[in-house]
Amino acid sequence: MATGGGEGARTWRRRAPKRDLAVWFGWLLGLLVTLECFRVIADVTIWEFVWDAPQQAGDLFSRMVPPRWPYIDRLWLPLWDTINIATLGTLLAIVMAVPVAFCAASNTTPSRLLVRPVALFIIVASRSINSLIWALLLVSIIGPGVLAGIIAIALRSIGFVAKLLYEAIEEIDTAQVEAVAATGAGPGQVLTYGIVPQIMPAFAGISVFRWDINIRESTVLGLVGAGGIGLELQASISTLAWPQASVIFLLILGTVLVSEWVSARIRHAII
Amino acid sequence: MLELKGLEKRYPTGDRALRGVDLVVPQGQVMALIGPSGAGKSTLIRCINRLVEPTAGSVRLGDLELTRLGARELRRARRRMGMIFQEYALVERLSVMENLLSGRLGYVGFWRSWFRRFPAADIAQAFAILDRVGLTEFVDKRADALSGGQRQRVGIARALLQDPDILLVDEPTASLDPKTSRQIMRLIVELCEERGLAAIINIHDVALAQQFARRIVGLRMGEVVYDGPPADLTAEVLTTIYGEEDWSRTIRREDEEEEDPEAARDGTAEEAGGPPAPDRERLAGMT
Amino acid sequence: MAVAGARRSWSPPPLIANPWLRWAVVIGAAIYLYLALNSVPLNWARILDGLSRGWLFVKGFLTPDFVSRHEEIFEGLLESVVMTVVSTVLGVALALPVALGAAKNVAPWPVYYLCRAFIAASRTFQEVIIAILFVAMFGFGPFAGMLTITFATIGFMAKLLAEDIEDIDRSQVEAIRATGASWAQTVNYAIQPQVLPRLIGLSLYRVDINFRESAVVGIVGAGGIGATLNTAFDRYEYSVAGAILLLIIGIVMACEYTSGLIRRRVQ
Repeated sequence: MATGGGEGARTWRRRAPKRDLAVWFGWLLGLLVTLECFRVIADVTIWEFVWDAPQQAGDLFSRMVPPRWPYIDRLWLPLWDTINIATLGTLLAIVMAVPVAFCAASNTTPSRLLVRPVALFIIVASRSINSLIWALLLVSIIGPGVLAGIIAIALRSIGFVAKLLYEAIEEIDTAQVEAVAATGAGPGQVLTYGIVPQIMPAFAGISVFRWDINIRESTVLGLVGAGGIGLELQASISTLAWPQASVIFLLILGTVLVSEWVSARIRHAII
Repeated sequence: MLELKGLEKRYPTGDRALRGVDLVVPQGQVMALIGPSGAGKSTLIRCINRLVEPTAGSVRLGDLELTRLGARELRRARRRMGMIFQEYALVERLSVMENLLSGRLGYVGFWRSWFRRFPAADIAQAFAILDRVGLTEFVDKRADALSGGQRQRVGIARALLQDPDILLVDEPTASLDPKTSRQIMRLIVELCEERGLAAIINIHDVALAQQFARRIVGLRMGEVVYDGPPADLTAEVLTTIYGEEDWSRTIRREDEEEEDPEAARDGTAEEAGGPPAPDRERLAGMT
Repeated sequence: MAVAGARRSWSPPPLIANPWLRWAVVIGAAIYLYLALNSVPLNWARILDGLSRGWLFVKGFLTPDFVSRHEEIFEGLLESVVMTVVSTVLGVALALPVALGAAKNVAPWPVYYLCRAFIAASRTFQEVIIAILFVAMFGFGPFAGMLTITFATIGFMAKLLAEDIEDIDRSQVEAIRATGASWAQTVNYAIQPQVLPRLIGLSLYRVDINFRESAVVGIVGAGGIGATLNTAFDRYEYSVAGAILLLIIGIVMACEYTSGLIRRRVQ
């Protein structure tokens, strides 16, 4: 920003000309990078298929409608599995995430130099890798099935829950902790009386929020063999049974909406 | 000249905020609008520039009937009505100059304003007004770095940069301390005199209103219940506007003013700001 | 200590006051857990078999092999990065109008409902499901993946940004409108300055997410590193898979670090 000119006619610009130029150059550079990236994608794209897409979409739609409703009877068990994967996976994640969170929070960690970096790495590693990739890995290790799904969801959720939880721990009111410590309480008592009550609402909210996300995630784990409704989706798609696929999509839609409603209600009740 | 006729506003909730207000504000007149919270003061001035759509009645600014304007004409008409707000309503993350220039938005096209390339004349005028309100050295400060009084000066400057015929002022001093309040009121009145502007000033502080306005209009439950000079604002009048209360310490008395106008002005303003004298004595006795 | 009168006992008040509801919740949860745990089939032989394979994976992860499949890895990563860049830019750009449309205080109600419906649609389905549909329409390859991630980005950004727009200080908008500014000028002068820091923060956050997503859509044929990873697992090449995972983690960490720096500067 600069006010230039002499005493006579004062001029005003939002930025100094040099900075103006830099900003323009930045936008231009960003545009060029994006275009170049798009070129890489475009080079490996078969454009006949892309131009054909509206027709393909219409074709797909006409094959999906009407849905084959009787097929839904075969979906209840996979749906039950899907919900179990999400719920048990979330519970398992919470159990493992709590100690990780306390180790990662700078005000509760036993050791800043040794323990905290390890905890932070666990969080980053868990968060970086999508649950579907964890499922891929686990199916390859312990074989296909619901168990692989549960562990995959748990491994992905540890990072999420632990990250939000440790941020909540770092934001607690230290005066309350001091007050409890001042009564002569031991470290465990300080934890349960000074810290836990402060983070309880955040903790419950995070858990329910993650459960809601996990319902959504667990619907696709079956695509790589980790159980649930995704298995049926995989089977339907690989046999091009689109009327069945549309039933599955609608069922997933319903499940996600219900889970969103439930989680909103619970979070509302907590706060 | 601004002329309101039978102005009514009924909110979707059913509240009748204005019940047929008739009012004429001639060119160059500074008018204070007083009344209790919820009397419809804010609604009234927002119905004039149609930030709130009136339900019925007419608003004429000069020869222009404002209530029937389309979106484009309304924008043109709004340029002629500068508005000053209670909590300053500056865009906090923009600089003082950008806030000032936003007063020219009705005059320049979108791309010009997008790239902040305002005409040189606008910028010269902005600097002139900035000098006038005493904020020249703050040109490129962000608005949220200023104090309350400074922010309100920017708010006033923004309204003036519109080159308006009338100022609509909504509780200009409600967030300011007593001294700054008086400075701001004085600035508004002086600027109106310099430029021959009319102004409608919504204000809670009766003493300030009496001190600075030539004409006072009292609003109660969406109706005009008093319209006259500040001197005629008696305890009975205040009771009709606000309801039962001891008004003896709020009103400027004629005799006091004749003896020593300066002292009377200061005295009333101080007392309106602070707690009533008997209380102060009682508290002193208790400690 | 002497206590006057009868001895009083105290126990902490229960979380749910209504005893019927409390016990219903407890028993319901217990029954659910019992049923759910029993419905998980456990093949102990396969799991024991898996333990040794799990050990192999850990070893592979600790001795990552970046070399033997470096061409596939490089191509996959390049595709992922490129998809991330294009879909973030495109997604954020398209999310801006949707966010304005989905903010109650800015948009007229038909536009509001339209935009909200669009956001709901893009957020309900997991990205992979969208990717399956886009692959069916646009053919295999990163183009379908790019569209998938763009679509998800629009929903995410528009929802959070719309909430932010709904939370802005209304008096600033009113003040700009009162000067005679047009709708576009009001957005530029009153809304943009208020939501810009949040917009930048969310966009940076979305870069991370998009990179992670771009590693997944490859599993259903929508380009990116996911396909390479899938192949590595299929061939039990754990050291290659470990290398890929480490690269993903490294890139995500680098993104998070950079975005943290930028976010601190913007505020």
